[in-house]
Amino acid sequence: MTVVAFVVFSLLYLTPGDPAAVIAGDAATSDDIRRIRANLGLDEPFLIRFGGWVWGLAHGDLGTSIFTHLPVTHLIAQRIEPTLSLTLCTLLVAVLVAVPLGVIAAAKAGTWIDRMVMAFSVLGFSVPVFVLAYILILVFSIELDWLPVQGYRNIHENFWDWLRHLILPSIALGTVYMALIARITRASMLDVLAQDYIRTAQAKGLAPEAVLVGHALKNAAVPIVTTIGIGIALLIGGAIVTETVFAIPGIGRLTVDAILRRDYPIIQGVILIFSGAYVLINLAVDLSYMVFDPRIRY
Amino acid sequence: MTNVSRYIAAIVAAVVITMLPVLDAAAQQKVLKFIPQADLRILDPIATTAYITRNHGYMVYDTLFAMDEKFQVKPQMVDKFDISKDQLTYTFTLRDGLKFHDGLPVRSADCIASIDRWSKRDALGQKLAEATEAWSAVDDKTFRLKLKKPFPLTLEALAKPSSNVPFIMPERIAKTDPFKNIDDATGSGPFKFVKAEWVPGNKVVYVKNTDYVPRKEAPSWASGGKVVKVDRVEWIYIPDSATAAAALNAGEADWWEQLPPDLIPLLTRNKAITVKNIDPLGSMGMIRFNFLYPPFNNQKMRQALLYAVNQQDYVIGIAGDAKNGHPCYSYFTCGTPLSSEVAAEPLKGKRDFEKAKQLIKESGYKGERIVIIDATDQPIVHSQSLLTLEMLKKLGLNAEVQAGDWGTLITRRAVKEPPEKGGWSIFHTWLVGPDMVNPAVNFPIRGTGDKAWFGWPTDAKIEELREVWFNATDASSSKKAASAVQERAFEFVPFVPTGQFILPTAYRSNISGVIIAPVSFLWNVEKK
Repeated sequence: MTVVAFVVFSLLYLTPGDPAAVIAGDAATSDDIRRIRANLGLDEPFLIRFGGWVWGLAHGDLGTSIFTHLPVTHLIAQRIEPTLSLTLCTLLVAVLVAVPLGVIAAAKAGTWIDRMVMAFSVLGFSVPVFVLAYILILVFSIELDWLPVQGYRNIHENFWDWLRHLILPSIALGTVYMALIARITRASMLDVLAQDYIRTAQAKGLAPEAVLVGHALKNAAVPIVTTIGIGIALLIGGAIVTETVFAIPGIGRLTVDAILRRDYPIIQGVILIFSGAYVLINLAVDLSYMVFDPRIRY
Repeated sequence: MTNVSRYIAAIVAAVVITMLPVLDAAAQQKVLKFIPQADLRILDPIATTAYITRNHGYMVYDTLFAMDEKFQVKPQMVDKFDISKDQLTYTFTLRDGLKFHDGLPVRSADCIASIDRWSKRDALGQKLAEATEAWSAVDDKTFRLKLKKPFPLTLEALAKPSSNVPFIMPERIAKTDPFKNIDDATGSGPFKFVKAEWVPGNKVVYVKNTDYVPRKEAPSWASGGKVVKVDRVEWIYIPDSATAAAALNAGEADWWEQLPPDLIPLLTRNKAITVKNIDPLGSMGMIRFNFLYPPFNNQKMRQALLYAVNQQDYVIGIAGDAKNGHPCYSYFTCGTPLSSEVAAEPLKGKRDFEKAKQLIKESGYKGERIVIIDATDQPIVHSQSLLTLEMLKKLGLNAEVQAGDWGTLITRRAVKEPPEKGGWSIFHTWLVGPDMVNPAVNFPIRGTGDKAWFGWPTDAKIEELREVWFNATDASSSKKAASAVQERAFEFVPFVPTGQFILPTAYRSNISGVIIAPVSFLWNVEKK
């Protein structure tokens, strides 16, 4: 994390752009910008600014937004729920749809069902998130008037409204993820289904569903779980586009807006938090291998 | 039922339940959902000239005076005022019942502190400050301005309609360094800012200020009665314009402040939506030069561009359709009292590339590289940049566009290095009509060198002519002096105007009372 902090701070220090110029507005003069920069402490040398930031971090303070004057922790706290909701719903939708599809495709390998699943998978990979998002909005929000176009409701305000606002974004974001998981599940299942112990289970007279889920799927789980873990990074990247199209006030949009305005404390804070989260997710994925494959021990 | 069927049935049931309409407690209130032109990031309308912050200012603050649609100055917070015969003393008395959102009354001290802070940032305010001997409070409701010399634009300055607007804040806030952002939006205006519900990048919430005492007159621009007819206003910032259009179409938003040209036909097709030009002054595009380095440190080079720029192309490029703008051969906003076509011949009529090439030759152009800095995330800037590049290439000039985002452009334009060392030759921007109506507010026209706007032109003559205009005492001499400024501008060419354009607004048919003005004011607006 120390390396991440140093690299992030250094890169932003070297990036062209000046928040003082953004604050001053179009009519400002060079002198106005210089005075604003001095007020914000942006004219301080690198080491002093970096030291100040690290000192704040050591005290649990990620700093304050240059523009809104709101604490970065407050801004991230405001945005974490929408992003977490979107990510979890997407994950849920993707796993609930993709794993059964992959299992069915593997069980019916070579049939029209398999080909349909693979065609869906290729389509899911190929259609950009924003195109799918616009199509979903057009059909389900404009034409059918079933679901809202944009926005987000907090889960504690109204659970159903929260869910309604997440359906289209989750499908839009989740499609590429579904395609990925479905393919990996199919490939992994095909490997496992060719194993001797599966033939033995079938020979014992076990029901096909029990063989597929109880024996094959459990043994195929490690690569699937790895893909889900890696995919979370993919999701965070995709969430930026989804949050923009559906006007969801999440972390992705917070980051993009901050980058466009050069709101350094927000960019630094978000990258640092997400680096930490990514490390934890990878750790959780690694630990979960022990559940699916008892042979794995750390 | 098999396991698979149960599984599918459960998913379908969950989806159907979520599609049922949800009763909203807020529906009991009259909530105006407004999609603003930009995201509100800075709350201080004095520390920045950003139009979105100016618009926020109009929501929460009030002004001493305001300009109406006939460009007449009208009292707003002021009840009565008196000007001494020698034009050196102005005495103002505040209206009864003016209160800040924290419940405290508006006092003379608040007004004086606010004007003082504003006059340290605003160009017209600085001019007023130069002429000011002292502001003093007579009592809590009456205050006085003593001038060193008559300043005929005193009331116009206090009624300035666009950035920076002299909004009145409580003294405790107005004492803040004008180069430091305030984050307390306590004003005395018709709406109260709800900071607890502010989600930067997404939502800004205002509620009706029930203590606000509107004037009796009908609203006209920023003047007259600011009667609030909704309980709550939500600014919903939707960064993606296709989503914003869909939200308006679906009734999730009531009003979209500024439409991108390509979406106008889509919204016009919906009978429940009114697409309208409510901004009588629109905005003015411009090509700005760097006066420090060749080739645009040469007047003939700048003049050459006057013969080549086709404003009609720029208007279509920016606004998508000739209906959304028109050429404006004036350095002052067309449709306002000081605009004219005095000395505008080089910019008007058939484009004369031969004349332009002749001027380039006379300028001694040696093939220096012309760097146009562009912001691809700003369609108005980007379209102008591409048109200018094409025009310069047609003129045989060594030009290139260096693209970035707006954040990079506004940083880079402050760089005084030569173009080949990270500097620039040309950038494009635009200003709203009220910011170019006269020589006082039209800052790109100025020639104060290092202290001038980016590009840093030095032109003592235009400054002299501007002073003459400041001292004009009646409409006729003011017009004459402004014409002289324009004549000089067409000779010196501080920038090339690229036309006047209007980005229309769109609102649903249950909305009425929208005020025709250069700023989207949200008072008087009714939602049925």
